[in-house]
Amino acid sequence: MPAFKKRKANTSQEIPTASMPDIVFILLIFFMVTTVLREVTLKVKIDFVHAKNIQKIEQKRLVSYIFIGPEKLKGNKVGNTAIQIDDAIINDKSNIRQIMYDKLMAQPKLVVSLRVDKNAEMGVVTDVKQELRKAGTLRINYSTKPYPKGQI
Amino acid sequence: MFLEKRTKEEPEIPSASLADIAFLLLIFFLVTTTIDIDTGIGLVLPPPPKPNQKPPPIKQRNMLKILVNQQGNILVNDKPASVNEIQQKAVNFIDNFGKDPHLSESPDKAVISLKTDRKTPYRIYIHVLDKVKGAYAELRNQRARQQYGQPFDKLPSSKQKVIKKYFPEKISEAEPDKGAS
Repeated sequence: MPAFKKRKANTSQEIPTASMPDIVFILLIFFMVTTVLREVTLKVKIDFVHAKNIQKIEQKRLVSYIFIGPEKLKGNKVGNTAIQIDDAIINDKSNIRQIMYDKLMAQPKLVVSLRVDKNAEMGVVTDVKQELRKAGTLRINYSTKPYPKGQI
Repeated sequence: MFLEKRTKEEPEIPSASLADIAFLLLIFFLVTTTIDIDTGIGLVLPPPPKPNQKPPPIKQRNMLKILVNQQGNILVNDKPASVNEIQQKAVNFIDNFGKDPHLSESPDKAVISLKTDRKTPYRIYIHVLDKVKGAYAELRNQRARQQYGQPFDKLPSSKQKVIKKYFPEKISEAEPDKGAS
């Protein structure tokens, strides 16, 4: 009579993998929803200004960008200050009003994020702001980055 | 001959590779996702002025005038100042409650006016704006600690509203001068 019979569990030792595709799909859908694929190709050079008292823009879908900075030319050179909305450089500042007004109609909670090069002059920024006021897009945001750690 | 029994095949799509396909897609989206949060200084512009509309009267003492010229030099109420002094000056100005006859009567009435030249570098303007925002943040934080014993950003939004009402952000950007360029 075997006194010490080796005990063996009756359950199978496999991890059930049937639900794995479901888990993967949930993750997949999460990343699909959060991904913003379309990145604008910048035609102007922008160095961000650092600031301390900044806030996060929570809803990226509400944001529309205006880029102001020296225009990128061939061969790593930069030209005069230019304004870019979406993919195009705006030559006539008075067009901004119509463009932004159309955007506001499509998205009434629009926030305009101004991404301005740190060496740009205020004159251009003021002109753009005046156009934005006329278009009725009053919520703006000066895009700034927090100071890198170690710097004040 | 026609009544011959056919062997029935179960119609099935092979689903063994489904997980692999999903994984591939998952990895693609994992790689392309950028979770970088946009940060910036938020402002609300005033609506465009109606023609013939005069600016509302503001008492001299209730306005802190900050002027930045094209070299980036700063005047606060006609006295030269450095960027680092602005926050303290703004705090003193807003948090005065009529004590000093040259500073504001109450935070509710205090307006900070920011005026720049067309040639002022954007960098300096943002630094100044940052300090003014910092002054409001400092005061709100102080008030939140006094009233609720917690820093401002830890408070629920209903209590934040109370404090925001107490210290409303009144930053005015002067109408640009016409003609001068």
